[in-house]
Amino acid sequence: MAAIDYSEKIPNNVNLASDRTLQRALEHWQPNYLKWWSEMGPDGSTDFDVYLRTAVSVDPSGWAHFDHVKMPDYRWGIFLTPTDADRAIHFGEHLGEPAWQDVPGEHRANLRRIIVTQGDTEPASVEQQRHLGLTCPSQYDLRNLFQVNVEEGRHLWAMVYLLHRYFGRDGREEAEALLERRSGDANNPRILGAFNEKTPDWLSFFMFTYFTDRDGKFQLCALAESGFDPLARTTKFMLTEEAHHMFVGESGVSRIIQRTCDAMHELATDDVAKLRAAGVIDLPTIQRYLNFHFSVTIDLFGADQSSNAATFYSAGLKGRFEEGKRADDHRLHGQTYKVLEIADGRLGEREVPMLNALNEVLRDDYIKDSIGGVNRWNKVIEKAGIPFRLAVPHKAFNRKIGTLANARVSPDGRVVSEAEWNAHVRDWLPTAEDRAFVASLMGRVVAPGKFANWIAPPLAGINKQPVDFAYVRFN
Amino acid sequence: MTPDIAPDVLRQHLIDPEICIRCNTCEETCPIDAITHDDRNYVVDPGKCDSCNVCLAPCPTGAIDNWRQVARASAYTIAQQLAWDALPPPQAVDAATPADIPQEVARITAVATAGQGGAAAPPWSAAHPYVNLHTLAKPAVATVSGNFRLTDDGASSDIRHIVLDFGSTAFPVLEGQTIGIVPPGTDAHGRPHFVRLYSIASPRDGERPRYNNVALTVKRVTEDHAGKAVRGVASNYLCDLEKGATVHVVGPFGTSFLMPNHPGSSLLMICTGTGSAPMRAMTERRRRRIALKEGGQLMLFFGARAPEELPYFGPLMKLPRDFIDINFAFSRVPGQPKQYVQDVIRTRGADVVRLLRDEQCYVYVCGLKGMEDGVTEAFRDACRAHGLDWDALLPAMRAHGRYHLETY
Repeated sequence: MAAIDYSEKIPNNVNLASDRTLQRALEHWQPNYLKWWSEMGPDGSTDFDVYLRTAVSVDPSGWAHFDHVKMPDYRWGIFLTPTDADRAIHFGEHLGEPAWQDVPGEHRANLRRIIVTQGDTEPASVEQQRHLGLTCPSQYDLRNLFQVNVEEGRHLWAMVYLLHRYFGRDGREEAEALLERRSGDANNPRILGAFNEKTPDWLSFFMFTYFTDRDGKFQLCALAESGFDPLARTTKFMLTEEAHHMFVGESGVSRIIQRTCDAMHELATDDVAKLRAAGVIDLPTIQRYLNFHFSVTIDLFGADQSSNAATFYSAGLKGRFEEGKRADDHRLHGQTYKVLEIADGRLGEREVPMLNALNEVLRDDYIKDSIGGVNRWNKVIEKAGIPFRLAVPHKAFNRKIGTLANARVSPDGRVVSEAEWNAHVRDWLPTAEDRAFVASLMGRVVAPGKFANWIAPPLAGINKQPVDFAYVRFN
Repeated sequence: MTPDIAPDVLRQHLIDPEICIRCNTCEETCPIDAITHDDRNYVVDPGKCDSCNVCLAPCPTGAIDNWRQVARASAYTIAQQLAWDALPPPQAVDAATPADIPQEVARITAVATAGQGGAAAPPWSAAHPYVNLHTLAKPAVATVSGNFRLTDDGASSDIRHIVLDFGSTAFPVLEGQTIGIVPPGTDAHGRPHFVRLYSIASPRDGERPRYNNVALTVKRVTEDHAGKAVRGVASNYLCDLEKGATVHVVGPFGTSFLMPNHPGSSLLMICTGTGSAPMRAMTERRRRRIALKEGGQLMLFFGARAPEELPYFGPLMKLPRDFIDINFAFSRVPGQPKQYVQDVIRTRGADVVRLLRDEQCYVYVCGLKGMEDGVTEAFRDACRAHGLDWDALLPAMRAHGRYHLETY
């Protein structure tokens, strides 16, 4: 059951061979996927042997198998956590009924939309990151980038399997469209805004994997509660991989901060110009990048009041984060939740029906989780004895979606005038000069054990290998 | 040799708060809910954790893999761990942290590698080995999918090729690693039998490619080293297993006797009898990759009493000569002088020394304890004859993971 059949063209633990029609459909999609990978996957990397983690089975001891492989030969496949025959829907109007093994007709359109939206983010981020390998700060980081990329590719496979298996012709067409949209393409963009932004440098990449992949974690957690069992089992296994992406982000930013703090000590200065001249990224710039990525990412949770969110929940399609650990009635009728609003030029709170505010509930859970890591970054600064602290900006800062869209709110949560916004936006969001400076630091470092000047080495290597291990063989 | 762990000493499982990203994967994975967290840290309950290690592989950071030997009475409590920003310095009792493996296995390994002065470094390009995934407390269950006699019916020894299938249980191995077999039942004193170690004879991707199985080369033990009649518990148990039977397996073990993976690397292999198991595994790994044209040479010295007693004699003879340079030494062929591996090494001295000089060549010796001195002497002689100082070379080879010896 848990063993993955690698002798098949498409590795899987879903007994694909027993469904010839599905198998053929996926085998037809596979070359298109590989074509997409060669066109839009990591630039110029086809020949590298990369020290990658590949699942050899879905049980804990087998899903992290390390070896050097060429990325186009990575065994992308379809892995679901084992089925639990007694699993029941545990929230919404179907509470207590057996989980669905097939798509209920009345929820077909909504489920397809959820799966397509999730699936679209996976190839999008690979496209956003495709040129980063050319400016990697070390072999270790290059390997981590590639690991993230192949796993995003596998997550696309996971969603495409669901589309093919459960949504017939519509599903197959959606699966093709996932390979046709392009991040940042004005004519055929990716579905969600943050996935059309550029990831131009490694600070952006680390911020993206910290903040935006964490959005992925929360969406996947909510879908892992779904009454549609194949979706729940698929996303559950994806979560184990997603954790690695957040590790790359959290440790990446942490190492940049470490290096900056070291340089501040060496030079005995907090002068931005001097630090930039020394080739490290000053802490205020890191704060501005943080502000940008945080605010763009919390938009991904959608409008603060959403009847769709209520429908998804009540229908049992998408739960809350850790739904199973919550002690309420799991139906939420008559319950309320506070959302932000601007009234009389001031930020205030308003109680609304909780069912309509479930996007906001998930967003707030996300924010709490994000702050944890930012506090751990602050530990690095604190340890260095530097009187500076990073902080996530106010939830209303720089929003583009929902009630707060385009409101002028400062990072500390004051409603400000257009004039004040314009006077300070340079202090709050990365400027063109900031981005140009960070871009100027990006040079390729690939000698084993060597790191670019702006980032500290990691505390430990991957899979207990030494930091100077040959994580990528360039051939 | 591993120091004994006193019963009042606990090997405590800890999570490094400086590396952990609080992703919850470990807590989700733990089968007995021994891991918990608050807003600050993820921690392991010393009263619950049974060191099953299931949480190790899924951790994306490696923070999970921290162990401290502490006096049981002063184990770090959950409350203490939750308050940490970093792991505390080791306690005094921690000074002699033993290896991560059972005492019996450590003892056997210490004896087996004594001839080279303890375990050597692995080759730099060795793949990362998994160790001790399956413990005595929780062994893996394998099914016998084949059991064939390798030696001729008339031969004095019964050496068998046994294939074990792990089904859906993950048991990743590398060539040169060993696995432990736990014979069922108890000994004359009513205690469980000791674990016995066997080198795997198949490459990492399975005895049959892409199958989750391994092969062992097992000689039925009917006499001890001195020739006295004795019935080996584990070997007879294994040799008598029928297809379909199940076996308890622990391991894998071994982080040193591993093959290099980089193109252009060469192997110089010296073995006798069932010491051929790791050599077969490495040779087969290379054979399956012939088409990749990765370069490097293979040279094998293989000793046995007679051709019909030599495991894998037939398949070896079929290997292309330009793939592997095979040299047999037979000590009991009627009408011929006795020949041992060390004699053949001396005969091929020039080629052997060329490989010893080559920094891309890695040397493996495996067989009975008795062969150790003879092989060392033969290397020393060959080196002397070709202007190389063996005693200066050996430490350098060991330091670079180029010399590996395992004898029993």
